[in-house]
Amino acid sequence: MYIVVKPDKCTGCEGCISSCPFDAIILQSGVAYINPEICQLCKACLGVCPEVAIAEIEDTPQSSATSHELSAYKGVWIFAEQRNGKVSSVSYELLGVGRKLSQELETELSAVLFGANEEEARELIKWGADRVYLCNDPLLEKFNDTPYADLLSRLIKEHKPAILLAGATPIGRSFIPRVAARVRTGLTADCTSLEIDKQTRSLFQVRPAFGGNIMATIICPNHRPQIATVRPRVMKRGEYNADRSGEILNIKAENLFSKTKVIDIIKEISELTVNLHEADVIVAGGRGLGDAKGVKLLEELAQALGGAIGASRAAVDEGWISYSHQIGQTGKTVCPKIYIACGISGAVQHLVGMQSSDIIIAINKNPEAPIFNVATYGIVGDLYEVVPLLIKKIKEVKGL
Amino acid sequence: MNIVVCIKQVPDTSEVRINPETNTLIREGIQSIINPYDLHALEAGLQIRDGLGGKVIVLTMGPPQAENALRDAIAMGADEAVLLTDRAFAGADTWATAYTLAKAIEKLEADIILCGKQAIDGDTAQVGPEIAEFLAIPHIAYIKKIEEVKENYIRVHRLMDDGYDIVESSLPVLLTVVKELNNPRLPSLKGKMAAKKTEIKKTGHSDIGAEEDNIGLKGSPTQVKNIFAPDVKSDRIMLDGSSEEKVDKLIEELRRIKCI
Ligand SMILES: Cc1cc2nc3c(=O)[nH]c(=O)nc-3n(C[C@H](O)[C@H](O)[C@H](O)COP(=O)(O)OP(=O)(O)OC[C@H]3O[C@@H](n4cnc5c(N)ncnc54)[C@H](O)[C@@H]3O)c2cc1C
Ligand SMILES: Nc1ncnc2c1ncn2[C@@H]1O[C@H](COP(=O)(O)O)[C@@H](O)[C@H]1O
Repeated sequence: MYIVVKPDKCTGCEGCISSCPFDAIILQSGVAYINPEICQLCKACLGVCPEVAIAEIEDTPQSSATSHELSAYKGVWIFAEQRNGKVSSVSYELLGVGRKLSQELETELSAVLFGANEEEARELIKWGADRVYLCNDPLLEKFNDTPYADLLSRLIKEHKPAILLAGATPIGRSFIPRVAARVRTGLTADCTSLEIDKQTRSLFQVRPAFGGNIMATIICPNHRPQIATVRPRVMKRGEYNADRSGEILNIKAENLFSKTKVIDIIKEISELTVNLHEADVIVAGGRGLGDAKGVKLLEELAQALGGAIGASRAAVDEGWISYSHQIGQTGKTVCPKIYIACGISGAVQHLVGMQSSDIIIAINKNPEAPIFNVATYGIVGDLYEVVPLLIKKIKEVKGL
Repeated sequence: MNIVVCIKQVPDTSEVRINPETNTLIREGIQSIINPYDLHALEAGLQIRDGLGGKVIVLTMGPPQAENALRDAIAMGADEAVLLTDRAFAGADTWATAYTLAKAIEKLEADIILCGKQAIDGDTAQVGPEIAEFLAIPHIAYIKKIEEVKENYIRVHRLMDDGYDIVESSLPVLLTVVKELNNPRLPSLKGKMAAKKTEIKKTGHSDIGAEEDNIGLKGSPTQVKNIFAPDVKSDRIMLDGSSEEKVDKLIEELRRIKCI
């Protein structure tokens, strides 16, 4: 495929030039020209031209699989990850969205579980799985990329699912790419929405790109399975039914082998630095805290709400709080029910890490602060005045 | 020790926006930079070389002007640079990108390959592990500390959601790194001179023996169907009054929606 400007239609209005993220378009003798060496085929310019002078030219049809080959792939799978034998909460969210997709496709929903026991597998069934492929080999207890990728790839080749979902967690984002590379299929990272296209029955995978400034819908038309990692805390859990029945298939791990070895697992979670990904409430502070004492105040608020502490990069760079609390482009991405931003201006690099939170409460002295653009509730004021009041009133309400 | 660092030239994404009416990108005067995570990968490579000897080769696949990113890396201290640029690479998704980079790396006899955790334009974090798969070598992602490197052994800390794992591996290995790992150095005067002098050859798909069916748009299983602007919150409520009143209103709202 190429993207070209039809010179006879172009009026030289330059509208397309600024739409190109790669600077591939220039004005040449009064008409726009797309330099094919620079063009990345992102299609950003296609809709801009008022004269419809920009067109795609199809010259290299993709090595397309026959529909017969594709239809051999059936069913929706989710990879249920575990840490220390406990299935992580993202796995139940995957079952929620997986159930929805499998119903639309009228197929079964299966879960794949490595390194945990039957009890955990039964939980997955109660949360919506029709079937669990369980391998409880001790080699799989601690997460290790190669054996995980080897076994999952083997299962995919044997059972041919149409869709595979995994959590966009350090585990899912580390070994699922190996699986996609090996089975020669597409992988879409960190999806925030998944839909079945009614016409083609294929998966529309929506994800943020360019640091969250843009959303993109990704498709994988000619390869199966369609694999996506899904951002934690975005999908809703399905319904829990203690009476649900399903099948557990015990898988033998044969010839699993790894050149890497996990020597030790170090937990760095204390009560207040709890896993930011799992917290329902996050109280976050920025440069507006002024000093490390501000963190103490936020801890008090977090404690009253049963939440965790987050921070902007500015607060981390000042040394008031450790990097493990940083939220944003170069920190963690979180999606709690409530995110309280105190003294954070709302730079885009921070916003990308928290803007999908259900409710955002912004407390900032400056009414023009961009954080208010994404806020559900905005309070213009000094955090040292507002936060202590808030703590007091929450304690009253909760009878603490 | 041969150390290959994969770097990508990216637009400084904080400036990229989408016009919600036309659904097109707006970008005015956005600079191209080396992907910030890749600077940490490069720094790690330089430190390993400085300790054990050997050379650091920076590798990028991109349009011809990605050469600037390579020169910046040489200014920081990289020894050699490889620029993969070819019309046929355009439109590559992570599968095709990783395949192409792996093909180039096969020729470089790498002991350690370093990548950033993710590139800030696509934010996929997939290319590193996929390269390792194509090379059939192990990888360890999200490295925040390199504890020990020897001729045939490495021991690192891998960042996880709930802490970190201590992992060891034989070489060759591919590592993807997070920002916590180190502070990238500034270019030196000597480096800047070298950056000016070094000849950077353009490498195309036939030079690395990459099959056409596996590169660029043709080799990419995924396609971008469309792009659009993220939802904006339209239901924002600014709370007013005295501090006391504002907090009361907030509490009331939170109770109304049953958050407390
Ligand atoms: C490549 C790159 C990656 C980055 N990654 C991240 C990232 O992951 N996460 C991140 O957070 N940032 C990141 N940044 C930095 C980001 O651009 C901003 O610099 C940073 O988020 C600003 O932090 P801040 O809002 O705390 O500080 P400021 O922007 O300085 O804002 C402080 C705010 O506090 C308010 N304030 C001051 N005093 C009070 C008070 N007493 N009461 C109430 N309000 C008060 C002020 O009005 C102001 O709005 C990145 C930058 C780059 C270039
Ligand atoms: N075109 C490229 N050229 C060189 N390295 C790349 C390229 N794309 C990605 N990488 C490397 O892979 C890492 C992850 O990128 P991504 O999977 O795109 O988020 C980056 O930090 C780079 O180290």
